[in-house]
Amino acid sequence: MSRTRSWPRIVLLVIGAAVFLFPFYYMIIGSLQAKRDTSIGGLVPTHAITLHNYAQINDKVDLIQSLVNSGIFTGGVILATVVFGVLAGYALARLHFRGRGSLFALMLLVQVVPFQLLIIPLYVMIVRNYGLADSYMGMILPFAINSTAVFIFRQFFLALPEELFAAARIDGAGELRILWSIALPLVRPALLTAILITFIGPWNEFLWPFLVTKQASMQPLAVSLANYIDNVAGRATNPYGAILAGSVVLAAPAVALFVAFQKHFTSSELGSGVKG
Amino acid sequence: MSTATVNVDPNVDHSGPTTPPRRRSRRLTTLFGRQPLGMALAAPYLVFLAVVFAYPLGLAVYMSFHHYFFTAPGAQVARPFVGLDNYKTALSDPAVQRSFLNVVEFLVINVPLTVVLALVLASALNGAARGRTFLRVSYYVPYVTASVAVVAVWLFMFSSDGVVNQLLGPLAPSPSWLVNSALAMPVIAIFVTWKQLGFFILLYLAALQSVPKELYEAASVDGSGKFRSFMNVTVPGVRPATTLVVILATITGANLFTEPYLLTNGGGPVGASASPVLVMYQKGIEQGSPDVAAAIGVILVIGVLAISLINRYLLERD
Repeated sequence: MSRTRSWPRIVLLVIGAAVFLFPFYYMIIGSLQAKRDTSIGGLVPTHAITLHNYAQINDKVDLIQSLVNSGIFTGGVILATVVFGVLAGYALARLHFRGRGSLFALMLLVQVVPFQLLIIPLYVMIVRNYGLADSYMGMILPFAINSTAVFIFRQFFLALPEELFAAARIDGAGELRILWSIALPLVRPALLTAILITFIGPWNEFLWPFLVTKQASMQPLAVSLANYIDNVAGRATNPYGAILAGSVVLAAPAVALFVAFQKHFTSSELGSGVKG
Repeated sequence: MSTATVNVDPNVDHSGPTTPPRRRSRRLTTLFGRQPLGMALAAPYLVFLAVVFAYPLGLAVYMSFHHYFFTAPGAQVARPFVGLDNYKTALSDPAVQRSFLNVVEFLVINVPLTVVLALVLASALNGAARGRTFLRVSYYVPYVTASVAVVAVWLFMFSSDGVVNQLLGPLAPSPSWLVNSALAMPVIAIFVTWKQLGFFILLYLAALQSVPKELYEAASVDGSGKFRSFMNVTVPGVRPATTLVVILATITGANLFTEPYLLTNGGGPVGASASPVLVMYQKGIEQGSPDVAAAIGVILVIGVLAISLINRYLLERD
């Protein structure tokens, strides 16, 4: 299709962008207003910009502790995904071993069965049987290795030319050395894409950490903020600014990461993963 | 994918531990494959899938056919086989029936809206002359943001004195959106469409790159306008992606929990926006009947698989 300038298209795209971005604009404006202004005039902040709401949410929800919990949960998942996912992706792409086909089929199946349908047995296992309630281990375990990331690693390792591996083997390099010194440096872009995709899972997850953590000091920010919303929803006080301030704090890291690394989250990067 | 050239380091350790494959006995090769190291590298992932996916899946099916209840860790109790009792209990419960109808209502709104909007915006974006990066990023920002954070904003935009009702003035629905049993589910379906759309736009953008440009040229030589060539070239050209989008959107819909829980305060007026996963949580964990909850889960998985197969059949026949 030719890249032309046509007004209906531009109007459509701009309206689309406005619809997607408006709630974020409203979130930031709402978090900075001293008093809740629901009128249409309230869309343009004219009076009293304040950080008071951020102080207020920090009083109700320990923001630093919640962010640390979110960070440990997310960091643990990313670490396990990168270490074990790269190994598995490499094995699936470049090594011939028994059971490779079955493992690949299983990996695809995992992506079709909805995770949240496993919550009841997972809850029974992890919370009741293993006693991992209110622990980082219990939070991380079901998410530990992101199958989409394994799939992306496999696709990128598969795209490397076979001659490279043959040459290294002739020179006597072992498989682990080939992986570490030759294959891994070449798939660095895949590493970033996989980390981005893995990040939004645990950082944004609500249901699982909500089930696993009952102590406020262990809850990731998504859970503590949701509990705060749930608790104050019925009351007549004016908690809106504080809730929106918490939302900004929860949303900011993910949005910042994806804006900064947008190059690594494009259709071609994902396409390689999707098209198989 | 960049095709950088790599010089293999000539100083690599030549006394490495690898044995050339041809020296290994043939029987071991048949047993473990040519590179058994692959098994070792894939083992952690395999163990992970077994523990977190295969075993819970089996446990869910087991629980749904037995009288299962929470016990102290390590306690040995009888869990008698009860056949289809849990399924009967689940299916005869009005709250469960309501939640399945709700998810059907959700899918009927969400899936067509997602497919149409994602494809239209992706084609528009694909042909855009400038600002593509900005537009692409602004489309997927909701997708990468936590539901909890954006739910809060929607909660206030759609509250009874919120900005949406202020804009509508006398046209504002009463009772307001999220406390109105007829409107709560549609609002949730539109919220999820809005939140997920950016991801599906990316999928369609990838698919659009593989539609041959010659087809558009041929269509324009034949005198097709933009709309005709969209319907006759683009839509059939991205059909495999449409199958994928429909299946992924259905799975997302089946997983619905956070939005009804927070937007409509735990399922809305008289369970009008309760989703099956929300009912699973209430039955299984709040009310302590994990066996009935597991049965709901199994029914839901079968439903999702059935819908996926039907979609595939309808979209990929001929």
